[in-house]
Amino acid sequence: MTTVFDPGAEAAHATDAILRDTLHGTSRGVVVDSPPGAGKSTLVVRAALELADAGRPLMVIAQTNAQVDDLVLRLAEKNPELPVGRLHSSDADPYDKALDDLPNVRKSAKAGELAGLDVVISTAAKWAHVKGVEPWRHAIVDEAYQMRSDALLAVAGLFERALFVGDPGQLDPFAIVGSEQWAGLSYDPSASAVTTLLAHNPELPQHRLPVSWRLPASAAPLVSDAFYPFTPFRSGTGHGDRHLAFAVPSDGSGPDRVIDEAAESGWGLLELPARNTPRTDPEAIRALAQVVRRLLDRGGAATSERSPDPAPLTADRIAVGTAHRDQAAAVRTALAELGVTDVTVDTANRLQGREYDVTVVLHPLSGRPDATAFHLETGRLCVLASRHRHACIVVCRAGVTDLLDDHPSTEPVQLGVTVKFPDGWEANHAVLSHLSEHRVAWQP
Amino acid sequence: MNKTALASALGSPSAFGQSQFAFMRGNAFEARVKADGGAELLRLVHEKLDAGAVPPTTGTVPDLSAVGPEGRTARTALALREATDAGVWTLLDHPLLALDVAGSPAFLEPDAVVVHPDGSWTVVEIKSFPMLDGSADAAKVGAAARQAAVYVLALERVAARLSTGPEGRAGDAAHAEATLLTVPAPSDLPTAALATPTEAPAETLGTPGAQDGIRARPPEVRHTVLLVCPKDFSNLPTASAVDVRKQRSVTRRQLDRLTRIEDIADLLPEGTCFSPDLPTADLTAAVESVPATYAPECLSACELAFHCRDHSRAEGAVTSLGRSLRAELGGLTTVDDVLSAARGETGDPTDPAVAALRRAAALRAEALGSGARPGAEPLGGTEGLRAEASGRAAC
Amino acid sequence: MSLITTLARLEAVDTGRAQPLATTRHRHLSEHPLVFVPLTTAGEAGAPLGALVGTDRETPRLLVVPQPRDRDLRFAFLAELADIVLPYIDAYAADVEAAERNETDPETGKRVKVEVELCADAPQLIVPSRSGIDFVRLLGRSMRFRRTAEQDPETPHPAPPRVPLLGRWLTHYGERSRVPGSSLLLALTDVLSRHWATGQSSLEDQHLGALLAWIDPPQGESGAEAALRAELRRDGKGQLLCPPAGPATDPAFDNKLLAPAIELYDRARTALAAAEDGIEADDRLGELTAAERQIRDLVESRTRPTWDAVWRGLDLLRALPEGAHAADRWTRDRWSFTGHRDRVLAGEPPQPRRDDAVTAANKLATREREQARLEAQEALDDPLVMAGRRLAGEAFAGEVTDVVMAYNEGKRPSPRPLVTVRTDDRPHFGERAKVYRSLGGKPQAAEFVEYVRSEGEGTPDAQGHALGSLVVLRVVDKMGRGKEPETGSVPEKGDLVCFTLFEHEQRGGAKLPDPEDTPWTHGGPPGETDAAAPQPEVQPDAVTDEDVL
Repeated sequence: MTTVFDPGAEAAHATDAILRDTLHGTSRGVVVDSPPGAGKSTLVVRAALELADAGRPLMVIAQTNAQVDDLVLRLAEKNPELPVGRLHSSDADPYDKALDDLPNVRKSAKAGELAGLDVVISTAAKWAHVKGVEPWRHAIVDEAYQMRSDALLAVAGLFERALFVGDPGQLDPFAIVGSEQWAGLSYDPSASAVTTLLAHNPELPQHRLPVSWRLPASAAPLVSDAFYPFTPFRSGTGHGDRHLAFAVPSDGSGPDRVIDEAAESGWGLLELPARNTPRTDPEAIRALAQVVRRLLDRGGAATSERSPDPAPLTADRIAVGTAHRDQAAAVRTALAELGVTDVTVDTANRLQGREYDVTVVLHPLSGRPDATAFHLETGRLCVLASRHRHACIVVCRAGVTDLLDDHPSTEPVQLGVTVKFPDGWEANHAVLSHLSEHRVAWQP
Repeated sequence: MNKTALASALGSPSAFGQSQFAFMRGNAFEARVKADGGAELLRLVHEKLDAGAVPPTTGTVPDLSAVGPEGRTARTALALREATDAGVWTLLDHPLLALDVAGSPAFLEPDAVVVHPDGSWTVVEIKSFPMLDGSADAAKVGAAARQAAVYVLALERVAARLSTGPEGRAGDAAHAEATLLTVPAPSDLPTAALATPTEAPAETLGTPGAQDGIRARPPEVRHTVLLVCPKDFSNLPTASAVDVRKQRSVTRRQLDRLTRIEDIADLLPEGTCFSPDLPTADLTAAVESVPATYAPECLSACELAFHCRDHSRAEGAVTSLGRSLRAELGGLTTVDDVLSAARGETGDPTDPAVAALRRAAALRAEALGSGARPGAEPLGGTEGLRAEASGRAAC
Repeated sequence: MSLITTLARLEAVDTGRAQPLATTRHRHLSEHPLVFVPLTTAGEAGAPLGALVGTDRETPRLLVVPQPRDRDLRFAFLAELADIVLPYIDAYAADVEAAERNETDPETGKRVKVEVELCADAPQLIVPSRSGIDFVRLLGRSMRFRRTAEQDPETPHPAPPRVPLLGRWLTHYGERSRVPGSSLLLALTDVLSRHWATGQSSLEDQHLGALLAWIDPPQGESGAEAALRAELRRDGKGQLLCPPAGPATDPAFDNKLLAPAIELYDRARTALAAAEDGIEADDRLGELTAAERQIRDLVESRTRPTWDAVWRGLDLLRALPEGAHAADRWTRDRWSFTGHRDRVLAGEPPQPRRDDAVTAANKLATREREQARLEAQEALDDPLVMAGRRLAGEAFAGEVTDVVMAYNEGKRPSPRPLVTVRTDDRPHFGERAKVYRSLGGKPQAAEFVEYVRSEGEGTPDAQGHALGSLVVLRVVDKMGRGKEPETGSVPEKGDLVCFTLFEHEQRGGAKLPDPEDTPWTHGGPPGETDAAAPQPEVQPDAVTDEDVL
């Protein structure tokens, strides 16, 4: 007997359980792990609306101003009548001007002026300055895995209970100074907020969203295995549900061949000859730009469960991801030279939470003479490999496998620190081994 | 191979060696940990790793002595099987394990292996650096974890053999190729050739009572090892569980990837030999025929590092100043290449590494207020001091 | 590592001597630092073997533990150390000036200024290397929980008076040294390698002898040769000519010289104890004294070269002019010193074994803020550091080519002049980026308006000069209250200016809850039972039989 996996039902089941624990549970906290594209924002908005409906004053803590503004807009879209407060900093231009068009959203730099509103939203940094107010009965902490433990310490006195939502596979928070002396302590201030929360409250209910609506069937198994070994997820769509086609046939060049491979299989590796290069490897950057140019020139059309009619693959549906800012800047320049100006080019940090049809990625280890912890960080690779709905094309110099193997495994080990899985070294091997099945070797 | 002797013969004696104070203290500590049939050690394993099991009362400590390394590994395997079947706390004091490295077994001697009542096995590492308020030197813990991971891998192979067939047969097959290797270095070849398998394994394993049955499942080798260290400023043992899964997977991959030792040997020039008795020039040539990439971290890890450093410096390799230096230098690998590119004498200006170097050189010269070419200006500001201090020894 | 630092290292290889990494001294140096050169016993945690300590380079005090495993001898050493260090500290603790501090009034909750004492200067401790700092921390940890007979008459091995107090001070200094830019406790190798790049790796720079050899080689010798000699050269007896700066000793020294001497000492002590009459005891006391003398000589022979090297290193550093902001950071060190003095005076208990959640978070916040402050201040104080920031796209310098007066739209228009700067640098401007320049020591802010990249940027011309780009900025503050900007507050055409993309001053972070208000997410207030809370440990450290002879 085979059980048919019904993604919609699975996801709805999970969401119901989360909302039940949040609204009617007895625990002070509920933790939700959400893999890429699993509907985290939808969940946050829904939980906020239901809590507001139940007449429970709610504060929402997000990590960046962009996330806060995005949440306000989404809430207003779902329920334009809902009184929402946007608590902001006293800097110039502290919030998105689009909020000014929403009649029921009040904006203020003072929490006191927003008292009594159903929902008040701000960043963790701003909330930390709020003192001397009556605690909220409920809070939602968004992107909780990207929040540092000390940031939670600063705001946890403001609420009685909270729903913590986040993606454990994305980039970890970090400190700009050493914090080894607290390694192994449950409340290590540089650890993630969720790590501290669960160390002190292991009995809290933990849920996960089991279905990625973003990642295609070709990507979910790899991303799940490599980056979420203990919280696996599935793709919401099947192998035949999405289709990427190009009107203009391949000209036989490397970029065209890798585009075709990726359109067919969901993955493509454009492999340049092995060479040690500086970060802004001109050949790799040019190759990246050419791939993007050809993606646009070849009249791509994406078919998916969202619409039966093919949607043209336009510049706004494509993104380029890099590890470093100077690489992103170099790619922008190279694209401009090819007349491409409106494709998003950003670093992994800034691409977190965003979604495109096709992504083109410069492998973080391409051309490097050494593999540092920064470049091996799982979150970085995970973000870059999980932004796409149809296909992901990776540009990389040959030889990264050897680089990984030569990487001196002399990392220090702190007693009492739970080993984080997956390990960057291993995840990189897993991804490379999968990509190698979709390799197009090319000498530009 | 004795790398210390080799380093001395090469003219770059290492700064290695152990103080007898540390040695004595370390031995005293290990003896204390294993005293009374390992009662304290078993107590720590129970407390830190297996609190749900029955507390150890009197542990079994089997005798592992045997003739030759093959005999000892076989004796160890037998003791492991017996302890696993017996289902009681058992301490294996200095067992000997064989691990296949590039086609030849290397022999490994963990401080201890403990068999739990449920039949699972735990590697124990006893170190003499302190755990102070629950934390310890992370570099040393890391080294201990890597070491323990190799033991875990070796134990996993033993466990697999226990499940696949009669230990004796499997052991025989493995030991038939046994040669005396201690490190996976090609330089061990000359020594290796001297070692021959002995008959000891078959003899030991032929003892009556050994089961010939095939196990359904291999015994579990725990991937969390126990690190035992002196507590705070005392000589009392304390312990911490260390998860070595990461180290284990790295090691496993490295072992899988090591080409057979014969393949490395093929790459070496005919007649390569590393005996310290050879003249220095011959030795130098022999050692340099083995590919090795020096980086400063080697200094704290390898007896030959000072020799490799001389070589690396003579070649002008930028990595002799640190691996991280190369990150922004692209294809430039020597000091001369980098400096001449920075000065604008060589290098392709469209190469971003070269362009960045020239910008760096120009900015540096501007800041030093000279506009002169980099490196041309002597150290400023300390002229007077130097005159005063000159004539003194360098330290 | 910045490419500028990399270049400096490679130039050092090329020229055979260290190259400057700074044009000013970025750490405050006291007029009268206390130099501490300790040695430790191999294999034992926190068992000192001896030390040279003092404030006068010509007459260091030699302290020795002839049998490091004898607790009484160790206590004697620590008591002697306390007798040297504590009076030095007390002298600074007594000399105060009036200062103001912002505090929250417990009644009104408002921030008010309070008149407090601030020590006019602070004692400064210098150790040879980073492992010396670790040893200071270890000594502090080993002493601060000891009990004296006065504190606890029942304690089995009472510590000499003042030893626990020294432990608290060393702990404070050890913690303070983790704060970026602080100077209460400095490792000389760290300070030297902050200011000079050698032709070796930063790992090898931790060898004080080799580092000094690169910076200041003896006449007629290259830094590389001298460094190699300092690192490896041994005498006929196999002893290093330049002993390691400690606290670890060379194994060859332990095995060939120290071990026999300690054995001799032990035998002499046993013999003395077994003496049967006064005359015999006198003889044997003579032997014991001689044996002790021998160990003292050995310890002095290993520490004196390091002692001299430390002072020579200080000379080299003093020859550099102190950076303008180093005094500002030293004032913060004085506050830190004064604060600990006050806690000791108030009778607070010693620092706990581990920080509680709030203390840890506060320390991390302070250190991150001080790191940002240090990076900004070093760049502002030193064109060579600024060059690194410019290379990284975090600052730019150039000539003002145009100034257009403009005003903001408000009831009372304020000046918002548009300034165009031509620069060869390539700053990485984000959207709505703000930039800052130093105007009379205060930061003046401007908004980034437009970046007019030159044609063919990045492709240098025949002379290797890239064409400059034009950056248009809108100055937004520090121009006075009037409609017309105050004189000198707006750059003029032809001015050479340097703007940074990073802020010059650091804002204070949000106030964290008091430890007794630690929230449930972090285990609640310390001391309450909690799944992950560390066991409270108040017992003094355990001792074993091996600790005593």
